[in-house]
Amino acid sequence: MQPLPADSELLLGLLISPAAIAALTEAEWGQVLPLARASHLLGRLASEAQALGLTERLPCRVRGHLDAAAAEATHNERTIRWELNRIERALRHLDVPILLLKGAAYVAAGLPAARGRSVSDVDIMVPRTALDPVETGLEDAGWQRMKLDSYDQRYYRTWMHELPPLCHGERGTIVDVHHAILPPTARLKPDPAKLWTEARRLGGSRLHVLAPPDMVLHSAAHLFHDGDLYRSLRDLIDIGDLLGAFGRQRGFWSDLVARAQSLDLGRPLFYALRYARRLLGTAVPDEVTTAAGAHAPPRPVLSLMDRLAPRALVPRPREKVEDALGSWLLYMRSHWLRMPARVLLPHLGYQAVRRGLGGR
Amino acid sequence: MNVGDMSLERFAAALAGEGVAICWGPFVSHIVSGLPELAAPLHLLYADCRIEPPGGICDFHVCVRPHSPRLPRSKQRVEFLLDGAPLFPPFARRQVLPMLEWGLNACVYRLAHQFLIIHAGAVERSGLALLLPGLPGVGKSTLCAALVASGWRLLSDELALIDPANGRVQPLARPISLKNDSIEIIQKLDPKSTFGPPAIDTHKGKVAHVRPPADSVRRCLEPACPRWIVTPEFAPAEPLRLARMSKCSTFISLGDNSLNYEILGETGFRTMVRLVDQCDCYALTYDSASQAIGVLEGLLREPAEELRAAVAG
Repeated sequence: MQPLPADSELLLGLLISPAAIAALTEAEWGQVLPLARASHLLGRLASEAQALGLTERLPCRVRGHLDAAAAEATHNERTIRWELNRIERALRHLDVPILLLKGAAYVAAGLPAARGRSVSDVDIMVPRTALDPVETGLEDAGWQRMKLDSYDQRYYRTWMHELPPLCHGERGTIVDVHHAILPPTARLKPDPAKLWTEARRLGGSRLHVLAPPDMVLHSAAHLFHDGDLYRSLRDLIDIGDLLGAFGRQRGFWSDLVARAQSLDLGRPLFYALRYARRLLGTAVPDEVTTAAGAHAPPRPVLSLMDRLAPRALVPRPREKVEDALGSWLLYMRSHWLRMPARVLLPHLGYQAVRRGLGGR
Repeated sequence: MNVGDMSLERFAAALAGEGVAICWGPFVSHIVSGLPELAAPLHLLYADCRIEPPGGICDFHVCVRPHSPRLPRSKQRVEFLLDGAPLFPPFARRQVLPMLEWGLNACVYRLAHQFLIIHAGAVERSGLALLLPGLPGVGKSTLCAALVASGWRLLSDELALIDPANGRVQPLARPISLKNDSIEIIQKLDPKSTFGPPAIDTHKGKVAHVRPPADSVRRCLEPACPRWIVTPEFAPAEPLRLARMSKCSTFISLGDNSLNYEILGETGFRTMVRLVDQCDCYALTYDSASQAIGVLEGLLREPAEELRAAVAG
């Protein structure tokens, strides 16, 4: 893989070996701070520094940034917990299980990936048949539909795996209600029913989280099949955290490989393991790497991804031309993966016309 | 080296090239802009601010650039980027200076959560800080500018930063932003004040900036102990009145005027309690800045013992 720019390598080095925080020079902090902020990883660095007892020894200006990021991360976790409380309350009259996804799941389940998060949106999944009553229940409790035109409404409701986001009228917080983990139009089709079968209930509540292998696979699918990778280093860190936390559980690795096969998520798992190992030094057993290799893309595709993905994951504040081209390719890739051509081409055409007319 | 120690030509070249790292308050903002009309106002308004040498830590990486360069200049828009991403929608090009100032404020209230940040003017005299909380439009910047003209040290005209560790007000000492009639009022009150070029037709009307006094900028790393909280209300044709305000009402008012109280959670609450506890709280109704100044200066004439104890504490 191509080497990354120096400041990206510096940031990755800190994430892999947080003790190195103590040894950074002022000039290096000057490079790392804006990059960490842009990657939503400043809270994570703050959490690592605090865990190692290094915060007091840092330069004053650095400490200010880390203290600020730590305050925000604590606030976000508090917000997520309160939102989960309000969501459960809003839907208590419905006999519907609620599956938590991503950050909300990590916080509710007390996982290491919950540390230092900078986003407080809540992602939940419910059975497709329950979408309408769930949306109504949330609206009755103060969440509001975003003002979207009829095209965007149709984009979400017909083609995507989620409702348009709901924003709470008073608190301004956002809930994304999914019925699957990938769009129905996507090329890979993980069956939601299989996810529900293995989901784990939290305490005595109606809230569930995915089984450990499914949590990893969802994160991998979200990163490598549902998005354009841009500024998504945080998501790769989550995958590294999950693998680190679950990797010690008996049977986890063999379950992971088997589930990837069963859920049609072999390719995203291949990429997730590859880049977590190479960029973050995540420990992956050799036999798992070999098994995942069966889902590798053709060599030219892999070559291109090895060039584009690392640079896209860690953003540069001032984009160069080759980065812009790479971003565009990954943007096209993400849409290609989400929608078949017969849907994608008219969609992109419509978006281009709308932008040309001065729309969003 | 200060901004004013550089020639305007060199400053403009640096601003358009590698950027300039300007120190204000506890922050360093690295600013890059190829817009030629920004160089002279920045050089003027930030003349007394230190330039951070390369290789140091910059808190905010700011870029001000055209958003739609192919349009004719009168229709062009400009955008403010922090760490490469726009903070808000673009402004008309003729409003680039107020946009930069609002953007720098936004950098503080979006990111500087190591402080409790309150929408308030803040000035200092005899080691003690006077806070003037209120939403845009109540006149806090005008009162601030008038107090500064009569000898108070400028801490901030818009954002009061309270350090949770010690309860003190951390200065910013940036240019004071004045609107509409206030511009003329302050020009009359203090003919020696230095103004940047005005921008008309902003969403707040006509806006112009006053250069902060050199002494305020020089002492921008010197925090002040808060002593008075005066909530102003501009009320034309009403008699001037300074009345005691209950601490509870002041607490609620400060909470309403805080930009990150919720984010700080319990720390925010305790910092606010300490702030209100140690301050005398008032409500001020006024219709003339110069009369208001007279009344506010009266606050200084407290028994010397009490003032000394307040500074020491």
